[in-house]
Amino acid sequence: MLHLSQEPALTALLLTAPVAAPLVVAAGYTLTGLAAQRRPRPVSAARREETRRPQPVVKAAAVSRGTARAMTGADDKGEGDDSVPGKPVAAVRARGRHPADWVGLTSPVVILACASLLAADVDDGSVAAYSGLLRADALTVWMLLVIGAVALIACASAPSYLSGERDADRATGRTVMGVPPIERSREWGSYHALVQVFLGAMCLAVVTANLGVLWVAIEATTIVTAFLVGHRRTRMSVEAAWKYVVICSAGIALAFLGTVLVYYAARQAGIAEAWALDWPTLLAHADRLDPAVTRLGITLVVLGYGAKAGLVPLHAWLPDAHSQAPAPVSALMSGVLLSVAFAALLRYRVIADAALGVDFTRVLLAGIALLTLALAAGLLLAQSDYKRMLAYSSMEHMSLIALAAAIGSPLALAAALLHIAGHGLAKATAFCVSGQILHLRGTTKIGRVRGLLARSPWLGALFGLAIVALLGFPPFSLFASELGIARAGFAAGSGLGWTTAAALLLVLVAFAALATRATRMLLGPARKGDAAVAESPSALWPLVLGLLACAALGITTGPLGDLLTQAATVLERP
Amino acid sequence: MSESLFTQLLDLACGAFLLAAVVVLWRRELAAIVRLFALQGLALAAIALLLGLHEDRWDLIVVAAGIGALRAGLLPYLIRRALATLVTDRAQGQDQAAYTHSEEVRETQPLVNVAASLLTAAALTLLAYAVARPLVELDPTPATRALPVGLAVVLIGFFVLVTRRRALAQVVGFLLLDNGITATAFLAASGVPLIVELGVSFDVLLAVLVLQLLTVRVREAFGTTDIDDLRELHD
Repeated sequence: MLHLSQEPALTALLLTAPVAAPLVVAAGYTLTGLAAQRRPRPVSAARREETRRPQPVVKAAAVSRGTARAMTGADDKGEGDDSVPGKPVAAVRARGRHPADWVGLTSPVVILACASLLAADVDDGSVAAYSGLLRADALTVWMLLVIGAVALIACASAPSYLSGERDADRATGRTVMGVPPIERSREWGSYHALVQVFLGAMCLAVVTANLGVLWVAIEATTIVTAFLVGHRRTRMSVEAAWKYVVICSAGIALAFLGTVLVYYAARQAGIAEAWALDWPTLLAHADRLDPAVTRLGITLVVLGYGAKAGLVPLHAWLPDAHSQAPAPVSALMSGVLLSVAFAALLRYRVIADAALGVDFTRVLLAGIALLTLALAAGLLLAQSDYKRMLAYSSMEHMSLIALAAAIGSPLALAAALLHIAGHGLAKATAFCVSGQILHLRGTTKIGRVRGLLARSPWLGALFGLAIVALLGFPPFSLFASELGIARAGFAAGSGLGWTTAAALLLVLVAFAALATRATRMLLGPARKGDAAVAESPSALWPLVLGLLACAALGITTGPLGDLLTQAATVLERP
Repeated sequence: MSESLFTQLLDLACGAFLLAAVVVLWRRELAAIVRLFALQGLALAAIALLLGLHEDRWDLIVVAAGIGALRAGLLPYLIRRALATLVTDRAQGQDQAAYTHSEEVRETQPLVNVAASLLTAAALTLLAYAVARPLVELDPTPATRALPVGLAVVLIGFFVLVTRRRALAQVVGFLLLDNGITATAFLAASGVPLIVELGVSFDVLLAVLVLQLLTVRVREAFGTTDIDDLRELHD
């Protein structure tokens, strides 16, 4: 196997690139955006130019819609001024008209490449750079792979989402909340930059060994995504963005207080200032940490990062933000942001177990997991909005991961990590499909989306399969991981056995709720007058890829199996 | 600086720090609340400065200056500017400007009234002292003995965040919370490492900028900055 660890410069490069690449791409987007704005022209000319630029897409979309609707005989109101007959060529090219949308794919590819190169290095420990500031072990590599894979799905489905959104902007009228479309198109320009910075912050959160920098990176994700959540500027999305920033910032502030207390305990244990927040150092000296201070610190950290991971009691932002964000951003938030925050929790759990014994975090995490699961299952039963339904399903899955962390046996930890990956892939697919359904049907109400399979078979099939994966059916990897968590739970002793049994009961409730709602959306005849809408299966390839990866992970972990075992070992008590 | 003078000055700074948080609960004018927040920032900078002088650490003194500039200068300036935009936008508007004017810059109906808020602040301070007992016992120095003050401000910040209805009052609540954490870090361990401190300050600054912009959008969308009117999303 190729070993690169002999070259410190190369290691530093591999560790830096996942963080730097998205930031560079973001800077590129920002600079091109600024250059487009700053062209020295009279204002009126500039305005005309900017209105003209989005035109081809709009025309194309209008033409394609026009033809689709002409075939179905549906009425075609309010688009007459835009549709220019006799230019069907534009319709074919419509998707290629925004090449900038595709540049964003660079960074997921770089992340995946760096992660796979690092994988060879970490099979016997860890590599570090910049005097331990950046560090990779098997858990880091696993999380980087998950981030890269989910980001690939999200970024690859962004172009079709954005073109749909641009059409919708034009179709629904000239202004949205008093913001003219010119402003709106500029806002979509910052979309890419924000998504890329978001990716960079998440990568930093997993590759840093410094618990303080970890906090800074996770708080940065909140700030960056705030505008993405509120991008629509409707009452609902502004409300979601406000709640998101306030609840997450306050929650995560608790995590910082916890970090400060752990730092205090570490300093008192005689660790030097530069190393007192270094995760490996803390782990090595965990037995010297003062138990009372560490207990307080860890409780605050669990509450704080739990807020970001969608766990009780500070979970209230999650369904709002996930339902209001653009679909690819929802996919990233649900698929990886939650698990990145949870990975931080897992790192603290190891320190806590070494300093306080396993019982403390076990009771804390099991309690939080059960409460979150009960809440998610209860609210899933009463759900009538499919994006919120997916959001509550994320809470359900995060609480299963928390339960696995509470169990803490090697099997449970490996299952938790596999669950992180499987949930990320399946949920990212589900959210991206839900964005397309929203464009197609113009509603997020479950009751008004019927006969999806009959009307748009590709989209319906993908949505159905993603839900099947989330329900935990084989061959998808969530089946294997849920089975692993259950087995580990029943093997761990009577207290945890009962907890696992209760959790499985609640999962069953969530299962029933999710399954009935999904069948209601998918099955049933297409309404009269709606014939099949022209689908573009070519836009769906990233989603197919995501589901295939999820299924492949469920059948065999293949070369990733070793990595998974090593990552679980990292999280075991030393 | 002699030991007793250091202790007295530190206790004075911590007292001012806590008092500013309590008085925030008492005042209703947003402008006064922002002024108090700036005063608290000064007290926080003073705590860092005293610790730096006491330990002869120049880096701490520089950090103290930076914290003073950020928390007593820049952040209050940003909030004041947001407040000013809210007021002028309103005043340009309708003839009922005077009425809405007083609505936007005052915390007219906090969820908990002033007397109850002050009593709660007292209870929260006691709670902070009870919770911080193990923290003080670990290493009883003049600085760590004042540590419960930091925790009390964290709790009061949370209380402001939960009970205040104006968007900008909530922002101040969040910043009180953050001041409390920074004070705890200074009193417990003379501050977190520089790189973390820089990152945290940068994050807080960005968070305030984001919240300021969101405040404007909330007003555009809802016509008010009363957060209790945000009731579109629920289950």
